[in-house]
Amino acid sequence: MAVDNETVKRVAFLSRLKVEDNKTEAVKEEFNKILAWIEELNEINTENIEPLISVNDIDLRLREDNVTAGNCKDDILKNAPSAEYDYFAVPKVVE
Amino acid sequence: MAEYIIETNKGKWEVVVGLEIHCQIISKSKIFSGASTEFGDDPNVNVSFVDAGMPGMLPTLNEECVHQAVKTGLGLNAKINKYSEFSRKNYFYADMPTDYQITQFRFPIVGEGKISIDLSDGSSKYIGIERMHIEQDAAKSIHDLSPSKSYVDLNRAGVGLMEIVTKPDFRAPEEAGAFLRKLRSILRYIGTCDGNMDEGSMRCDINVSVRPFGSAELRTRCEMKNVNSVKFVMQAIEYEAKRQIDVYEKGGQVIQETRQFDPSTGQTKVMRKKEFAHDYRYFPEPDLPPLILSDDYIAKIKQEMIELPDAKKQRFVSSLGLTPYDAMVICENKEVADYFEKAAAGHDAKKVANWMMGDFFAMLNKKHLDINNSPISPDNLGRLVELISKEVISGKIAKDVFEIMSETGKDPEKIVEEKGLKQVTDISAIEKIIDDVIASNAENVAAYKNGKTNLLGWFVGQIIKASQGKANPSIVNKLLKEKLDGA
Amino acid sequence: MNDITKLTLSESLEALRTKKISAVELTQAYAENMENCRNYNTYITESVEKALIQAKEADKRYANATNRKLEGMPLGIKDLFCTKDIRTTAASRMLYNFVPPYESTVTQNLLDDGAVFLGKLNLDEFAMGGSNETSYFGPVINPWSKDKPLVPGGSSGGSAAAVAAHLCVAATGTDTGGSIREPAAFCGCTGIKPTYGRCSRYGIVAFASSLDQAGPIAQDVRDCAILLNTMAGFDEKDSTSAKVEVPDFTSFLDKDIKGLTIGLPKEYRPEGLNQEVCSYWDVASEYLKSRGANVKEISLPHTKYALATYYVLAPAEASSNLARYDGIRYGYRASDENMSLDELYTATRTEGFGNEVKRRIMIGTYVLSAGYYDAYYLKAQKMRRLIYNDFMEAFKACDVILTPTSPITAFPLGDESMLQNPINMYLNDIFTVSVNLAGLPAMSLPVGLSKNGLPLGMQLIGKPFDEATIFKVAAKLEQDAGFKRI
Repeated sequence: MAVDNETVKRVAFLSRLKVEDNKTEAVKEEFNKILAWIEELNEINTENIEPLISVNDIDLRLREDNVTAGNCKDDILKNAPSAEYDYFAVPKVVE
Repeated sequence: MAEYIIETNKGKWEVVVGLEIHCQIISKSKIFSGASTEFGDDPNVNVSFVDAGMPGMLPTLNEECVHQAVKTGLGLNAKINKYSEFSRKNYFYADMPTDYQITQFRFPIVGEGKISIDLSDGSSKYIGIERMHIEQDAAKSIHDLSPSKSYVDLNRAGVGLMEIVTKPDFRAPEEAGAFLRKLRSILRYIGTCDGNMDEGSMRCDINVSVRPFGSAELRTRCEMKNVNSVKFVMQAIEYEAKRQIDVYEKGGQVIQETRQFDPSTGQTKVMRKKEFAHDYRYFPEPDLPPLILSDDYIAKIKQEMIELPDAKKQRFVSSLGLTPYDAMVICENKEVADYFEKAAAGHDAKKVANWMMGDFFAMLNKKHLDINNSPISPDNLGRLVELISKEVISGKIAKDVFEIMSETGKDPEKIVEEKGLKQVTDISAIEKIIDDVIASNAENVAAYKNGKTNLLGWFVGQIIKASQGKANPSIVNKLLKEKLDGA
Repeated sequence: MNDITKLTLSESLEALRTKKISAVELTQAYAENMENCRNYNTYITESVEKALIQAKEADKRYANATNRKLEGMPLGIKDLFCTKDIRTTAASRMLYNFVPPYESTVTQNLLDDGAVFLGKLNLDEFAMGGSNETSYFGPVINPWSKDKPLVPGGSSGGSAAAVAAHLCVAATGTDTGGSIREPAAFCGCTGIKPTYGRCSRYGIVAFASSLDQAGPIAQDVRDCAILLNTMAGFDEKDSTSAKVEVPDFTSFLDKDIKGLTIGLPKEYRPEGLNQEVCSYWDVASEYLKSRGANVKEISLPHTKYALATYYVLAPAEASSNLARYDGIRYGYRASDENMSLDELYTATRTEGFGNEVKRRIMIGTYVLSAGYYDAYYLKAQKMRRLIYNDFMEAFKACDVILTPTSPITAFPLGDESMLQNPINMYLNDIFTVSVNLAGLPAMSLPVGLSKNGLPLGMQLIGKPFDEATIFKVAAKLEQDAGFKRI
């Protein structure tokens, strides 16, 4: 499954990463090299194999419904590159 | 129900609608963190490091949210899945601090179900539930504080949500409205969501397509997100159906897109298009192992389930003799139904229902009160009805008593006692009044005897008036007739 | 070099207990070493001032006999662990200024037992890399370098180098595909990645959540046991943390290994494997045999596919885990003049992440995207099952598995073949990634030097939650190998 320039652009957009036009070709080649290598997995028939999602065989634990966190606005905001009026400020989002 | 057919000069069309409803789960803390779910606090107060998507923070699942979801599933007559799984839905969004949403994708906690809706023509219909899953809510941005910036408040980020997905079973705006009211009623009954659409604790996405009437095909659908009232949902469906029909009739094709309903115009418009469509790249959430529910756990919640509106309505009709319509109205709200049951206990239930549907609701409306703040206790309303049934007071006097009760909250018997409103049923006392009236209206007596029998009503009126409304009308009628006809 | 910094952790504890030295002296000695060895670039952030306050407290506790298990031990912390009020960067420009308002569970456990933190250790950016060359703060130099600078391995390169050069008595690391074991092997240290679920991941900057595990990198097996005793344990804040009892790992160090069966997977001896690596492997198995263990060949048939499987799953999880670095709530943010939100995201992430991280995010995004999920991600999860099953099958016939840690020794900084083709770099993980895919515990310990004087490590792989057997066997192997540290 070889990747084309359009796919590189699309993947870059989904990742919110910029690939300069003059680098697209190089990124595409590297991508295809890695994917071709990954495709050696197709040598193995896995049709009836259950995917392994979680190695530790534990059921999800449930937490009691108590308020144990929060009320730490300053800690939440102190690393923000831009905070105003106790909000995180971002470029205007047009809905 | 009466079919909802949209007829144009070119043909007949029908609309096919499915709903996705996001319902905020009632719980003290958020679904994956210990921060409070309280609404209306200062910005970024009810936020933990987990909610803020800080590096290295991990989700832990709130038991109450699972409990509430199972309860809701049971309320939707749906299958509870003993195995469910959380997934990540990946997309960049200022209101999503991790830039992915923890949701359920392949294995939701609740499977197929159905609920019945009642329509205005008295018919009812089942709407299929496709699935229900639990997930985290997004934050809420403020866009109008600055011309160039949006402000993100994470208080809502991570509040538990149930997303209920229906089958595309709706064929009319009215059905969607009835469904939402019914769903809200069920959620409020079982206390899993407050159902307030205007506050956003219940939000509706609508999928609409149209097709020639009678056809079975499913055409391209458009989605309208976050419509926030029952009325707007119905309006949006109506508008969108007409718009799509217009597109087809002009030879065009409807394109799959997300549109927004604008309540001020009653129209839908396409939302800003993205350079690339979303690709959510769902995959199993590696921070949370699968959720396994035991049979015991589900059985325990089943035992907690209270009587739901449909069952209650059925019981009110079959064993208390209410009309289906009255029963439906009274059962929509659990507090109302509870009030009714208390008021009706030991009294004539049908009469209690009549009073509630009439004067009682009118009084609450006028006073802008909800039932929990009613000045008239259910017990007192029941006793008022009892006074009428036992003919202690007439229906007419009862209205006056009701009026006083709604002002003072007093016991109806006391009011009747104090004001001397007790109906006069003592035959000799009534006879005396009748004799007086007959004696002082000789002319009319003569006219009556000459065949003007419709004067009987006039005499009854005079006698009741003379008794200050207290004479029992049926006794008056009987005695008067005997006297006039016999004299 | 200060003599007291040549002590192991267990020796240092003894010296403090017997009042031969003070905690403040010990911390100061390390601080001096740190200053003298800045050229190794092991620390991203030093926190010596805080450390000295902690050391003073430690001395008080020794004086009034309330000293805890790690009282006064000067540790280096991989800069992937969030440390409250101490900058935590993940070696990325993206977090160049991030000061966590919280403490990771593992580092909190260490603090609770009296450890002293000297600072935050360099690593590959977001732990992605095998040579520590992807760090935004520059590469780390392997203290074993001779004429030209060598890499310390990665991603916990700063941790291994700092331990080897005595810039801390021991360090924490994390291991997603070999990130504790490979640098430990390259730097002549001992490091253990415990069973997935042993150590809480709470507060550790996530790379690939289903694979990440914390563990110690130390000077010897005993030090690893002591540290793991403190680092491990159930944590309700991590839903993948296992509610399994943590035994005293030091109690297994003197146990005999007679009758244990050591498995040697034949697939780990591919054609063309470095001769020195092969012969040390043989020597190590001979040592164990002479201690009365049975050594037998086993098979892990899907070994060949582990790397490709790993390079689907790890980037996929990483692409999602690293989405949150978007310039809104913390860390680096591009200048946002006249930008839309999407443009700000893109500018921030393009400027904030280095090339290897970007490469993996894009690969991860691709393998999860619509239409490719089944072919890559689902396929890899199924392969993961097969690899896991291989181990479970093998462990029916043996108690612990012995393999080399890495097919090579430390290589020069800026190696062309590695930099030009990322796959060549990825191939260094060939002996380590399977263990992460199967969630197993594994230790690397040094067994000798190559002809050109570089450390060579052996790996012991245990059954799930059976670190005990690893410690048992490792203690013997360590004695017999008699590796000489710097």
